[in-house]
Amino acid sequence: MDKLVISGSPHVHAEQDVKSIMWGVVIALIPALLVSVYYFGIPALVLTSVAVLSCLVFEFLIQKFLLKQEPTITDGSAVITGILLAFNVPSSLPLWQLIIGSLVAIGIAKMAYGGLGKNPFNPALVGRVFLLISFPVDMTTWPTPAPLGTVPDAITGPTALGVLKEGLMKGDTVTHLMKNVPTYQDLFIGSIGGSLGEISALALILGGLYMLVRRIITWHIPVSFIATVFVFTAILWQANPEKYADPVFHLLAGGLMLGAIFMATDMVTSPMTYKGMLVFGIGCGLLTVLIRVWGAYPEGVSFAILIMNAITPLLNNWFKPAQFGEEVK
Amino acid sequence: MRTFKLGGVHPEENKISAGAAIEFLPPPATVSIPVGQVLGAPSKPLVEKGAKVKVGQLIAKGESFISANVHASVSGTVKGIDEVTDTSGYRRKAIIIAVEGDEWDESIDRSPEIKYECALSADDIIKKINEAGIVGLGGATFPTHVKLKVPQGKKAEVLIINGVECEPYLTSDHRLMLEKGEELLVGTSILMKALQVDRGLIGIENNKPDAIAHLTTLAQKFKGIEIVPLKVKYPQGGEKQLIKALINREVPSGKLPIDVGTVVQNVGTTFAVYEAVQKNKPLFERIVTVTGKSVKKPSNFLVRIGTPVSALIEKAGGLPEDTGKIISGGPMMGKTLNSLETPVVKGMSGLLIMRKSEAKRIGTVNCIRCARCVSVCPMGLSPYLLAVLAEQSEWEPAEKGRIMDCIECGSCMYICPSGRPLLDYMRVGKSKVGQIIRSRGR
Repeated sequence: MDKLVISGSPHVHAEQDVKSIMWGVVIALIPALLVSVYYFGIPALVLTSVAVLSCLVFEFLIQKFLLKQEPTITDGSAVITGILLAFNVPSSLPLWQLIIGSLVAIGIAKMAYGGLGKNPFNPALVGRVFLLISFPVDMTTWPTPAPLGTVPDAITGPTALGVLKEGLMKGDTVTHLMKNVPTYQDLFIGSIGGSLGEISALALILGGLYMLVRRIITWHIPVSFIATVFVFTAILWQANPEKYADPVFHLLAGGLMLGAIFMATDMVTSPMTYKGMLVFGIGCGLLTVLIRVWGAYPEGVSFAILIMNAITPLLNNWFKPAQFGEEVK
Repeated sequence: MRTFKLGGVHPEENKISAGAAIEFLPPPATVSIPVGQVLGAPSKPLVEKGAKVKVGQLIAKGESFISANVHASVSGTVKGIDEVTDTSGYRRKAIIIAVEGDEWDESIDRSPEIKYECALSADDIIKKINEAGIVGLGGATFPTHVKLKVPQGKKAEVLIINGVECEPYLTSDHRLMLEKGEELLVGTSILMKALQVDRGLIGIENNKPDAIAHLTTLAQKFKGIEIVPLKVKYPQGGEKQLIKALINREVPSGKLPIDVGTVVQNVGTTFAVYEAVQKNKPLFERIVTVTGKSVKKPSNFLVRIGTPVSALIEKAGGLPEDTGKIISGGPMMGKTLNSLETPVVKGMSGLLIMRKSEAKRIGTVNCIRCARCVSVCPMGLSPYLLAVLAEQSEWEPAEKGRIMDCIECGSCMYICPSGRPLLDYMRVGKSKVGQIIRSRGR
């Protein structure tokens, strides 16, 4: 007989490990990817592949030659970063810009801090914001969607949030502007201009449900995030429907679903307790609306999440888990 | 259905030996009875090489407050006092007896009849339990008589009997409840009398519906005893978790169950109490589950203390070819054995034989801050943080983070997707912080 293994308890382990969690997230992103390929065609597939590939290559090179670690690219986390980065850019973005974005996401936002689990900010969002600031024109030129096999009426157009922001700044009314934005049905299905992965609320919600069922994420962050945006914009809309768009529009337009379901729920950069997660989600929601309504950018989801990422350590300090034995009856 | 509130996990139950009736394992040729089988001081041997002993004879005496007597589990000749490897993996002092026949001490009542009435006073009951060397048979091995002595100024209101058996695989308590139900209930009444309470609750997880039904029927004849089915959730057999589940009270940090008016005893212990008080039989045998996915005949044996585990494994169909790990206890809290000659002790509820493929831990990667360890911790701790603090020798913040509250249930490490050795570090932290706290007291 071989030697017996001696180790401390426990001697069994739950099914999920980091790999299965990460690849589970990748699976959850597939519906949104399919919708993207349907409306934006082959470029959507090319962009996503290039982002994933460059994230993997950068992580591999950095681990192998800079950090001299055993490369861990098979854990799936770099794949997620790649997909999410691609999902946050327009389908017309030049590939070289996307590759730079991948380098920033992996090199600066992740590996510089020590790799998986140690980064304070969501890598894909850092990459996205870097691109938005560095290449503002390319990052806000939105090809109009055209289902596979059809030709779009116009080559590019603004996003729904862009139409609203620009119109309001020119003094237009919401009622009038709403005639120029896609219908709620299009917004829900994804037949709209926008970043690759954000267009279809339906596909993103499907992915979110999959992650909930597999217990990869909990409901706390997405629900508090989305509910806050809904309530806040509903109050504004009630106060003045000519100046503020209705809450359903705010839920479906822009990157809220992508952000709330896939980016804010990033375990590494979100709080450790349910209470902390709820506050995190509420903070994301408030900041998103503040930026959308009063900020310079039409969309605020990325900034909102990054800001809340920054205060996550504080939230962890403020919201400790409820300890057993504190209440004596 | 009732359960505890905070945290918990649900590992695969794997109760494959649940259908196997308790089987008597005849005494082996030689037994090694460790003198330290208790969470406390080892006992002092009373016999010397060459002495003849009978089954049930006192062979080592517990002399300090927290210790327990040890009795001969076989009849025969003492071969000597030697060191044997026990479940801790260390070599410890044990009394070695060569078995000759099976001659029991005359004072033990070996009749099969169940004796219901108990005329003894509370003090006499506790004395009898002390003499019989009974310790917590759920695995903690804390001396039972110490638990029953309610400190001045405190009052027990309810007795809790732990029939949860939340560890996967183990079935010794389950079989006991099915086969020794009446004795168990008499034992419960005796413990209630010892504590001077009129209410006894037996908590059983509802993955044992047969035991729940059986005991519920029997309990109708007993005054004040109630069977409470509980939702299956690990670690419900933890004392504090069971108290929370049954009477919704939380034992404060650093306090004992008696501080919230209760005392908890395991069903195996309760049965031993019945035998000691009613049959004058000291604790020298116990029920041990032998199980594992590759074990030919998963079984529940009634075994004499001191029998080498190899004898149990042999009887259960032999050691499987693919054995990778042998565990004393269940897969969540059990201890790995390094020798097949390790003797059965009072605290050994089962032997789990794991395959090679199950024996290794998953690889360790960086913490991804998924917070699962926090959400499953039944004590509401932050294992990810405490493990890092212990790793970095930051004892003060670890103490503030209530590392001493950790019950070592292993839920954090079970769930950790990064495969981090959380409990290994917490144990190091607990032992160090414990030392610091004790040195402060001096």
